[in-house]
Amino acid sequence: MSFDNLDTLYRQVIMDHYKNPRNRGSLDDESLTVDMNNPTCGDRIQVHLQVEDGKVKDAKFEGEGCSISLSSASMMTQAIKGKTIEDALGMSKYFSGMMLGEKEADESNMDLGDIEALQGVSKFPARIKCATLAWKAMEKGFEENK
Amino acid sequence: MDAKAIREQFPILNQEVNGSPLVYLDSAATSQKPLSVIRALDEYYKQDNSNVHRGVHTLGTRATDKYEGAREKVRKFINAKSTQEIIFTRGTTTSINTVAYSYARANLREGDEIVITQLEHHSNIIPWQQAAKATGATLKYLPLQQDGTIDLEDVKATITDRTKMVAIMHVSNVLGTINPIKEVTQIAHQHGAVMLVDGAQAVPHMKVDVQDLDCDFYAFSGHKMCGPTGIGVLYGKKEFLENMEPVEFGGEMIDFVDLYDSTWKELPWKFEGGTPIIAGAIGLGAAIDFLTEIGLDEIAKHETEVSDYAIEQLNTIEGLNIYGPEKRAGLVTFNLDGVHPHDTATILDAQGIAVRAGHHCAQPLMKWLEVTATARASFYLYNTEEDVDRLVAGLTKAKEYFGDVF
Repeated sequence: MSFDNLDTLYRQVIMDHYKNPRNRGSLDDESLTVDMNNPTCGDRIQVHLQVEDGKVKDAKFEGEGCSISLSSASMMTQAIKGKTIEDALGMSKYFSGMMLGEKEADESNMDLGDIEALQGVSKFPARIKCATLAWKAMEKGFEENK
Repeated sequence: MDAKAIREQFPILNQEVNGSPLVYLDSAATSQKPLSVIRALDEYYKQDNSNVHRGVHTLGTRATDKYEGAREKVRKFINAKSTQEIIFTRGTTTSINTVAYSYARANLREGDEIVITQLEHHSNIIPWQQAAKATGATLKYLPLQQDGTIDLEDVKATITDRTKMVAIMHVSNVLGTINPIKEVTQIAHQHGAVMLVDGAQAVPHMKVDVQDLDCDFYAFSGHKMCGPTGIGVLYGKKEFLENMEPVEFGGEMIDFVDLYDSTWKELPWKFEGGTPIIAGAIGLGAAIDFLTEIGLDEIAKHETEVSDYAIEQLNTIEGLNIYGPEKRAGLVTFNLDGVHPHDTATILDAQGIAVRAGHHCAQPLMKWLEVTATARASFYLYNTEEDVDRLVAGLTKAKEYFGDVF
């Protein structure tokens, strides 16, 4: 049984974010709101972004999902707060690369924080879309409001 | 029926996945294929491959005989009156869309009603949404009982003289509900409505007699009944099919082509544009031979035994919720408290157990169940009680694994 592999997927820090999601909730009407769903499972996530002077002042998320999609959303909101849009998008790009197994977390010169724990998802191709859901929502939000 | 001996006929089941022997519990998504079907495809491509209905040469005759022979097998299998009523399509979705395009668009008007249920697979919802938009007809839903069944009193109340089309699945791919098709068809016909049945989850698992059901259209897929992907069937009563326009033009379906106008072949070829799905049909024919030899009643009995055992065993797991009625086809849809079905499926997969997790192409039903997703274990003739035991052990592991967190 390959539970070792499972342990790389469900790292303690991921389970912690799943159990105690950070930044769960909504922001006021002025914020940017993006809906994104995972067509393979019907999970839905809503990301709220408050941008001021080109910086992410606040970020929150709502929705239903699996441990991977919710913990990733929780970690993302934590990571992008205070970052410029450019940095947030750069982080998202790096994260996608990490999911595809093209980039290693420790090669990054960014402060990925807890996000590093999601690296194990790259070994589970069926779950990559769960991990990238919130990130795609953020990208879409910035794309549409350029 | 000896499921263990039958299992030997399915080479794919004899493998390890992630270090454990494979337990395949996703046959409602697609079934595995027995050696006889794989051989039929292999032989066709090695010996007979040719285009049908046109070659004067020997291979062309052989391919045509096999292709049309498969049609006769399908006719007999579902007891249609004539092979003219058996149209080969790409699958259930294409079969339903053919009726929604050709029949519904030509015959529905504003003020007419189309009646479906919230149990339906997306493939039996969206074609009718689109047909309603195109014609101005209204889409109406039959209400569901608490356990996910439909009540004939509701059917009588919902289907009216304005109803022109009723489209309902025979067996639910999520809840396993077996709908009373014969009775609904009678009610539909009393009001002059046309009845279409989505039989994708029924034909592989139980005897289906289209003349006994008396439905006007019946759609199903080959790949869920031990046949190859890419082949399906649209059964339609001749009087309807004869008056319907083809959906695809060109290739196999043409009769005479002039510069500005053309005529079509007779039934069933009028609906089979392009080079037909020859190998697929032959593979489906072999699958029908395989299933017939075992016996559909035997298969249904075996699946009921396995799924009854599964429900009994799954009910021993605390925090596991099963959806659907008591009397059901061979599948169980469930959720484990505190564990998202995606996570359940990943943990089961790590133990070599394949289940489906997600919305099962039935988002309106998920909404009715008030969940975003569920896990589903579906059984077929090759599954055994040992498979169920592995599933239960696997779920216990999933619970332990996530239990540590909560």
